Parts: sequence; structure tokens; C-alpha cells
Amino acid sequence: MIPKNDIAVSVENLSKVFKLPHERKNSLKEWAIHFKQPTYERLQALSSINIEIKRGEFFGVVGRNGSGKSTLLKIIGGIYQPTHGRVQVNGTLTPFIELGIGFNPELTGRENVFLNGAILGLTRKEIKSKYDEIVTFTELEKFMDQKLKNYSSGMQVRLAFAIAIQAHNDILLIDEVLAVGDAAFQRKCYEIFKEIKTQADKTVIFISHDMGAVKDFCDRVILIENSKIISEGSADKVANDYIELFNKDAPAQPNKRDKNRWGDFKATISGVRAIINKTTVDVSYTVEAHSDIANPIFGLIIKDLDNHHIFDSNTKWKNVKTGKLSKGDKLLFSCQIPNVFKNGRYRVSVAAAHADGYGFHDWQDNAAKFNVSRSEITAGLVVLEDVITITTER
Amino acid sequence: MNATARFFKPSNRSLLRELVSSDFKLRYQGSVLGYLWSLLRPLMLFGVLYIVFTKVVKLGNDIPHYPSYLLLGLVLWTFFAEATTSGMNAITGRGDMVRKVSVPKYIIVLSTTVSALVNFCLNLAVVAIFMVLGHVAFRANLLLVPLFIGELILLCLAVSFLLSTLFVKFRDIGHIWEVILQILFYATPIIYAMQRVPVHIRKIISLNPLTQIIQDTRSVAITPDTITTKQVFGSQLIGRGLPLLIIIILGTLSAWYFRRSSKKFAEEL
Repeated sequence: MIPKNDIAVSVENLSKVFKLPHERKNSLKEWAIHFKQPTYERLQALSSINIEIKRGEFFGVVGRNGSGKSTLLKIIGGIYQPTHGRVQVNGTLTPFIELGIGFNPELTGRENVFLNGAILGLTRKEIKSKYDEIVTFTELEKFMDQKLKNYSSGMQVRLAFAIAIQAHNDILLIDEVLAVGDAAFQRKCYEIFKEIKTQADKTVIFISHDMGAVKDFCDRVILIENSKIISEGSADKVANDYIELFNKDAPAQPNKRDKNRWGDFKATISGVRAIINKTTVDVSYTVEAHSDIANPIFGLIIKDLDNHHIFDSNTKWKNVKTGKLSKGDKLLFSCQIPNVFKNGRYRVSVAAAHADGYGFHDWQDNAAKFNVSRSEITAGLVVLEDVITITTER
Repeated sequence: MNATARFFKPSNRSLLRELVSSDFKLRYQGSVLGYLWSLLRPLMLFGVLYIVFTKVVKLGNDIPHYPSYLLLGLVLWTFFAEATTSGMNAITGRGDMVRKVSVPKYIIVLSTTVSALVNFCLNLAVVAIFMVLGHVAFRANLLLVPLFIGELILLCLAVSFLLSTLFVKFRDIGHIWEVILQILFYATPIIYAMQRVPVHIRKIISLNPLTQIIQDTRSVAITPDTITTKQVFGSQLIGRGLPLLIIIILGTLSAWYFRRSSKKFAEEL
């Protein structure tokens, strides 16, 4: 049991139901005509959520789009009211969910700093004293007297982020900030996060789809799926569970007329999975023989979204004997690949081939996919464990 | 923290200030004459009405200092119309803010009235110029003007809080309010003098707080010949107390309604 004053945010049995009218009645006329009770669609955004976030914790919330993450943050932030349950916040809370709220394209950068700062709860005096710091951080000195509509979207995010981190409160709610901005700016944001992480009195609730950032910063993470917490614990564990969600969706049994699948189907492949670990990517699948075959070859290909052929391998090259298979035999194929993949999405194609390698029992294009997110940023195709040394010549 | 302390919290004051100043900057963004437009609008209306009512219909000739008298009424009216119309749009217009930040929502409504008040003060300066040019005698009574303006601000806030809340739910309040404003404009003795109104109707239009405010302001600022609501009812208590009571009741109701509904604004917008 954690002492009460060490808990920054406690959420008890929280549920949120949105009532979405089937036909929105936005005018008195409609309201008068349809005088009978309007029908609602009940949308359960959150159900029975229990969380206790400790002071100083960097707490991650992950989940797919529409799973309820942002609703949770909005309720903690006091923007939405809970339908059931209770939220208790000990300490001051930065009330923003998104960056750059109230930004007006017709105002200059400087004017927007003051407006946005005030919306975040800063006084004019505070903004004035921090103004130079904000501008230095954004590196937009030359643009401050220009209208915001002349800024690129990346520049706007930079400005918004710089103001947001000045709102010095005990609890920060951060929703997807790293999605925009160039690599250099992302690194800057990471540095800020690292600094916040070292401050014992700052609590951060962080929503992100970037598993690299989640693993780097979060002490504890929850995974929300269909309005419920389905996984809770260390960042590594939950990030993997999150990636699993997407693997489950990969087509397991494509039908026979599928353009992405062909072969004589004397053996078929099912249950293709790609699981990402810190140092490896494990691809596995089950092969079932439907007639007697000898020495088939099993293999895989990994491509990125630009169709770069990143990696392939098979049992023949690796000298793995497959031997004779009789009808009904099942075996598990598994391949462990060093995780050299850079940030991005990848597709796995798998195949069971004839012994000679010219015909196929079962070929499946894009049978599984996986996402890699890591903090290393490269323009190359892969990330390798290279070692750079510098020595002074005498 | 009680309501007054919360209102004077520095961050809330800063927010109010920034909302008003950005509103002001944006309104005249890209126009050559800038904020002169906010003076020109009532002045042009004044010009037209002045010609019509002194040269064509000759309704105003029997009122001393009719130009200043008319202009002051118009300026007070313009403030009311502008404050309530922009107040109605306050919450929906700042939907982005309401949906994504937890800011005190009454500040947003308050900012629209303050914005209108800034314009109103500029307009009052023009009225003062007309008064000087028209040789209106400045009397000590003039010091009472802020009192009635304060009452008008209260009325504007009461109406704004009510309309902004209703407007979130029913968008046709916009059209309805436009019509009501037109009716009110003629139901208030702005362009015509109370002297011309049949005695039995005087009492009805004197129930309107706007009538009391405009007539009282004219009476202390322009000419004591103005027929005030106090004179219509023959009693200070009814003539001034009743309109004030209406404002207080309306204000309490709309503050209660706003408070109750504001928690759900983020979801309803």
C-alpha cells in the first residue's frame, strides 16, 4: 500500500459513456418536431479503469486509435466529466492535451506565445520572463514577428512545445507530441523528457504510439483496448503486448483466391507471427502437410513499405533438414533475426517450397507485419551495432 | 477559494487580458482604417437617423441637444447588441479551447463583454466630442453615468451567459436573437422620445431595463428633460428598482444555468 500523499493521480473504477444522438438535434425546430425522446447510441469509451500513479512517475498510456486513451487523459485533465467512478489529483496539473491550443494563424508568433501561455495558465509576467528562453528553444528568433500562418507545421509544433514545457506544474499530461518535427527537434524533446524524468516531483502521463519513446521514458505503462486496461506493467512488456495487437490482425488464413497466396497447398502455412524483442525479431509459423512430401524448404522475406528487400532466409541456405512429412504432420517454423531494423513498418512474406526450390506448396505475401520504433535515427536501411572510435594521432 | 478570489487569480486575469487583446487585434486585422470602423458604424447609423428624424419626420426637434441625445442612445444600444451577440458566440467560437483545455469557461464569456466594452469606451469619447460641439452643459450629475454603465454591463453579462449556454445546444438561437434585437431596438426609446409615447404604453416599455438605463444616462449626461422610468412610474423604487431586479433575477438564473451546463460543454460542442 502506497502512502496517500505519494499518489499524484488516482483513478477509481472510472467509466465513461458517450451518448451520441442518432440524429443530432441542433436546432429548436428539430427539437420541437421530434418531441419524443431522441434515441442515443451509447459509446462505452472507458470501463472500470483503476490506476494509481505515484508522484514522480513517468506513466505511459498506449493503445490503438479510438481505444479510449485520450478520453482518459481528458477526464484526468478535468475537461470531461466521468460517468461513473472517481478521479483524484494531488497537485497542480498542466491542463493541456494537445499542443498549440488557441493558436491563431493571423497573429504573430510573439502574440501567440502570450495567448497560448495564458490559456495554459501562465500569467503575463511569467510569460514575459520566460519569453527569451522560449524563443531560444525554438530557434525561431527571426520569425517571431511574422504571422503564424507563414510558419511550417513543424515550426508551429516547436513553438507550441516550447511554451508547453514552461507551464511548470507537478503533473503533465502529454498526448502525442513527437509525431511532428524533424529529427533534431525530436532529439530536443527527448532531452526535455529526460530532464523531467530526473525531477522527482514531476509526474508525467504520456500517450504515444512511439514504442521507442515509451520504452525509453516510461516507468510503468498501461495498454487500453476496447475501453479496458488489458495489460499493465513494465514498458518492455506492455510495448510487446501492444505490438502483438497488430500481429493478431494480420491475415492468418487468406482464402484460396487471394492474389497474395498461391501454391499447390500440399502443405499450408498458418499462424504467422512476428514478435519484436529488444535485440531480436522472431518470426514463426505452423506448417501442416496435407499429403506426403519430402524435403520441403521453408523460408521468409522481410520487406519495408517501400518494397526494399531487407532480409530473407530459408531452411536450405541454413542447412536445416526438413525430411519427410506425412499427411497430417504439423511442425513449427521459427526464425530469430537480429533486430537491425530501423524505425518503420515491415511486412513478412513466408513460403513452403518444393525440394528443388522451383515450385511452391504455399506462398503468402505479406502474411504478417510488424512495427519497429526505436530512438536511433538513421537514413540508412538498417541499424547495426557499429563501433566508432577516435584516437589522436601523434 | 471563493469566487472573487478565483476571479482575481493572476492567471485568470492574464487569460482575460490575452483573449480581449487578441480579439481586438484580429477584428481589425488587414483593414486600412482599423479600429476606426468600430466608430464609423454607429456614426453612420447616427447620420442617417439624424437626417431622417430632424429633416424628414421631425420627431427630434422638440428635444434639446437631439444629436447628442440620439448618439448617446445609439452608442449604449450598440454596446448591448455587440456584447450579447459576441457573448452568444463565445463558447462555440472558442470550441477548440473548451474541448482541449480545462480553463474557467466564464472567462471566455467575460472576455467578449470586455471586448465590446473597449469599443464602447472609444464610442463614448465620440459622444463627448458631440456634447462639447453641441454646447451641452456639463453638470455634476455626469458623475452618475458610470453607475448606469455598470448596470448595463451587468445586463450584458446576464444575457451573454444565458445565450452562450443555449447556443451550444440550439444553434438557431442565433437567428432568434437577431430578431429579438430588432424588436428591442424599437421597443426601447432610442430614436424616438418618450414624450411621443402614449402614456399607457410608457409603463410597458419602462419595464425594459434598457429603457431605464438609456433614459437615466441621457437624463444625467444630456438633458434633465428626458423622461426617465422613475418619472413614468412616479416612484424611484419601481422606476429604478424593478429594472434592476429584473437584471438580478436574469443574472442569477443564467449564472446558475451556465454553471450547471458548462461541465458538459466539452462533450456537446
